[in-house]
Amino acid sequence: MTELILDKVSRWYGNVVAVNGVSMKVGPGVTGLLGPNGAGKSTLIHMMGGFLQASSGSVTLDGTPLWQNPDVYRHLGLVPEREAAYDFLTGEQFIGAMAKLHKLPDPAAAARRAIGLVEMDYAADRQIGNYSKGMKQRIKMASALVHDPPVLLLDEPFNGMDPRQRLQLMDLIRRMADEGRTILFSSHILEEVERLATHIEVIVAGRHAASGDFRKIRRLMTDRPHIFLVRSSDDRRLAAALIADGSARSVQLTEKGLQIEAVDFQRFTWLLPQVSRDADVRLWEVSPADESLESVFSYLVAR
Amino acid sequence: MNSTIAMITFRSMLGRKRALLLLGLPLILLVLAAILRATGNNDLDVSSNVLQQFGLATLLPLLALIAGTGVIGPEIDDGQIMYVLTKPIPREVIVLTKLAVAIILVTVFAVVPTLLAGLVLVGTTAEVTPAFTVGVLVGGVAYSAVFVALGVASRNAATIGLLYALVWESLLGSFAPGAKSASIQQWSLSVTDALTSASPVESTVNLTVAISLLAAVTAVATFLAAFRLRSLTVASAD
Repeated sequence: MTELILDKVSRWYGNVVAVNGVSMKVGPGVTGLLGPNGAGKSTLIHMMGGFLQASSGSVTLDGTPLWQNPDVYRHLGLVPEREAAYDFLTGEQFIGAMAKLHKLPDPAAAARRAIGLVEMDYAADRQIGNYSKGMKQRIKMASALVHDPPVLLLDEPFNGMDPRQRLQLMDLIRRMADEGRTILFSSHILEEVERLATHIEVIVAGRHAASGDFRKIRRLMTDRPHIFLVRSSDDRRLAAALIADGSARSVQLTEKGLQIEAVDFQRFTWLLPQVSRDADVRLWEVSPADESLESVFSYLVAR
Repeated sequence: MNSTIAMITFRSMLGRKRALLLLGLPLILLVLAAILRATGNNDLDVSSNVLQQFGLATLLPLLALIAGTGVIGPEIDDGQIMYVLTKPIPREVIVLTKLAVAIILVTVFAVVPTLLAGLVLVGTTAEVTPAFTVGVLVGGVAYSAVFVALGVASRNAATIGLLYALVWESLLGSFAPGAKSASIQQWSLSVTDALTSASPVESTVNLTVAISLLAAVTAVATFLAAFRLRSLTVASAD
């Protein structure tokens, strides 16, 4: 069993704290590292990949420190976020070179296997410079898989991919996880993480905001005051009915309509139509006002 | 030494437009040598002067700068170095391989052209040609080591290297005699001086001192490059 352990890890650049006292255990299966842009996900992944020293705390893989220890790369594959690969090489040359750098017994066979895994055989003899974004992502993935590592770190792997490529990569990551690998990937998109990860770690502003399976995280994200904007045939009457009913914590009459703060998301969405029907008010528009991921995150942090 | 890293480095150095840059300067030297010979201006004084001013003092530092910083700097800049660093390879092997590639490039594009230009100009008279060839070679090794280290240490390696070669070695060297002794160019010239009886070649640095300094600078630069690469922090966009 391979386990990546972060123990009270912090990292600062000058006066700026990028990661602040994060402790987590990443075990077999798919772990999603979720957080808005600039939350410190890449900094964390770089520390897990041995590319950045923690300012304090420790990052270990099965007890071995990752910083300044090139031997860990026998057990670890890293897919960097940056697109740059060796553009002048063909896919096959690139993966072949990676296999040789790992000093694998049969580099050519290992390269073919890794290219097959990411289904890039058809383009293996084309130069990487001519690949599309999705193809580059997959060849990068192959470069990290060539030595069959038990641990795989992926930094924003779905960036720039079209929906089909996204599905393919998700399938591939799931297959890798089913083989018992420890896989961690970062993303700022809740949907991606929810669909793929069995375990989610949420990072906001450098801090570890939440941890658990996706149901728990989903609940955390929905069980919070929600703000809705409602337009109706008679805002004033609807406001009175809502306050009387108790499903809203506050109701504000504005130029654009009613701004309603609901306590319970599900109860409110279920009650609103009933209340308006009973009050004989016609609903014209119901829209959530704060559904951006950032507001979800800021709620989690404030908790 | 790692042949895979060497292969990738050679391909990236010779595959792009940089190869033309590498080829341009030595071509000018060779054309100049041919013209001087054809017009009969190739006496020992002029020839030594051309080999020293053009070969040793201009072609060599510039080529070493392009090769030394080019073998590693761009790779660190655009993050490709990650693919080499995420392998179980000791960092010093990476640095030594990069240095070897730089030295081979300097040999092909500066040492060999100096040798050819010398042969065109004066043949082997007074050992001028072999002396400059050896001088450029030992200087090339030291320059390469320094510029590879710069390439690892700084994003502005090419600029710093250019300032060193132009301002320190050429300009300050001609004003302040003290600064002159502290330059790879002068140490290489000292080696050349020791190997030829031609009078125009004159160095201010003692041969033993020159050789020890060349060796020391090469060793220290290589060590620093490996040390720096061990704790290379890959800049993150996040």
